[in-house]
Amino acid sequence: MAETTKDLINKPIADNNPIILQVLGICSALAVTTKMSTALTMSLALIAVLCASNVIISLIRNHIPSSVRIIIQITIIASLVIVVDQLLKAFAYGLSRELSVFVGLIITNCIVLGRAEAFALKNPPLPAFWDGLGNALGYSAILMAVGFIRELLGSGSLFGVQILTLAKDGGWYVPNGMLLLPPSAFFIIGLIIWGVRTWKPAQVEKPDFKIQTAQQSEVS
Amino acid sequence: MSAPDQKSAGGPLGAILALPNDNPKKTIFMALAVCLSCSIVVASAAVGLRPLQVANQEADRIRNIVEVAGVQRPGQTFQEAFQAIEPVLIRLTDGQATDAHDVNTFSIERASKDPQLSRALIRAEDPANIKRLPSYMPVYKVRGGDGDIETLILPVHGAGLWSTLYGFLALEGDMRTIQGLKFYQHAETPGLGGEVDNPNWRALWNGKVAFDDAGRPVIEVIKGTVEATTPNAEHRIDGLAGATLTARGVENLINFWLGDSGYGPLLARLRAERG
Repeated sequence: MAETTKDLINKPIADNNPIILQVLGICSALAVTTKMSTALTMSLALIAVLCASNVIISLIRNHIPSSVRIIIQITIIASLVIVVDQLLKAFAYGLSRELSVFVGLIITNCIVLGRAEAFALKNPPLPAFWDGLGNALGYSAILMAVGFIRELLGSGSLFGVQILTLAKDGGWYVPNGMLLLPPSAFFIIGLIIWGVRTWKPAQVEKPDFKIQTAQQSEVS
Repeated sequence: MSAPDQKSAGGPLGAILALPNDNPKKTIFMALAVCLSCSIVVASAAVGLRPLQVANQEADRIRNIVEVAGVQRPGQTFQEAFQAIEPVLIRLTDGQATDAHDVNTFSIERASKDPQLSRALIRAEDPANIKRLPSYMPVYKVRGGDGDIETLILPVHGAGLWSTLYGFLALEGDMRTIQGLKFYQHAETPGLGGEVDNPNWRALWNGKVAFDDAGRPVIEVIKGTVEATTPNAEHRIDGLAGATLTARGVENLINFWLGDSGYGPLLARLRAERG
């Protein structure tokens, strides 16, 4: 691997973002972004799990039998997720309740297994750590951006602190309730993808097929 | 890239690690080793953090009781406010207070699994779908200055769509009017059924009358919005959009717990005491 540490961290944030380019981990991105605080907790949980799983899998990569490698990876990831979940329940009880099942669902988050398969299995622990960190930060960046828009426009607050005074409290801002519903996260992620691809046209996929002009056939 | 490890350490461990990765012996060894180490990590996290988690749950339960009772004065912690609340363990069949178990350590979930402390319900008498009914329940009383019960807090639970909802229902001193409802544990879909936690929805319950004139529980969660002109508006609550089954579960569990199998005998007794 000729990539430098800087590349490993930076690339997944803008050039190869797990959410907006690979479109992985969408489910949790929809569910936990109604508030910045849950988005941040989820991001931290994913950073911890992804870095640790990449390092552990990379440490034993030379001894993982290929026939059972997915099971071994999932076992390691699942154990890490349970540990993170238990830690949240012990030290951040309120937040762990709001995140409910979604921390547990990090197990099925394709980003984690994807990085294990694509990177950690073939690279030494240190680059694997940086790769995990970079991808987790890429995920976190999108989560925080979506959470920022949804909480600010949906509830008029950021991290629970009221920024825009709501009309019901005598202010001027009428919150947009749609932003608290899951579909709005789709819209926002879609807009972010559009923006990033305009900024970096290299991310635009080639069309699968070309639309041809129809040939006029003779009527018999 | 999956070349056998270079460091050929001695001993049986080294011998196994030196085998090619696809060797069945090594495959089984690796699977066992990974499972064993993972289970040790998971088990130690679960056991080591258990006391903290239990303390959190207990604090959360107290917080919920205090919130639904509305007894917290500014500057008070939940623990301090909880001092004003009197927990009593009652026998469900006749509503009589009992010392059979310590009310502070009595767990509804544990009692529901214990054949000594609960009885199985048949489907017809189990609209809340709780399967087993505990014989005892803890209830919480808040007394006013004259010693009369001002608020009675009743733990309730029942099946929603995905999960059992656990919560507290607060009744006013007349034992008919709802003062508050709050669920402290459930796993309904966030944003749909999970909206049972929404403060705006919970506020709709306040002041609703749970019983008809004959004393039967008649709470109804309807589709759409309850207007002042809706017939029986005082018994009806707006449904939750996209969460018909959760809302129906809530309706069933409230009516079940206020009915004869639930707190009916206790409420009859308290109404009689009040005269």
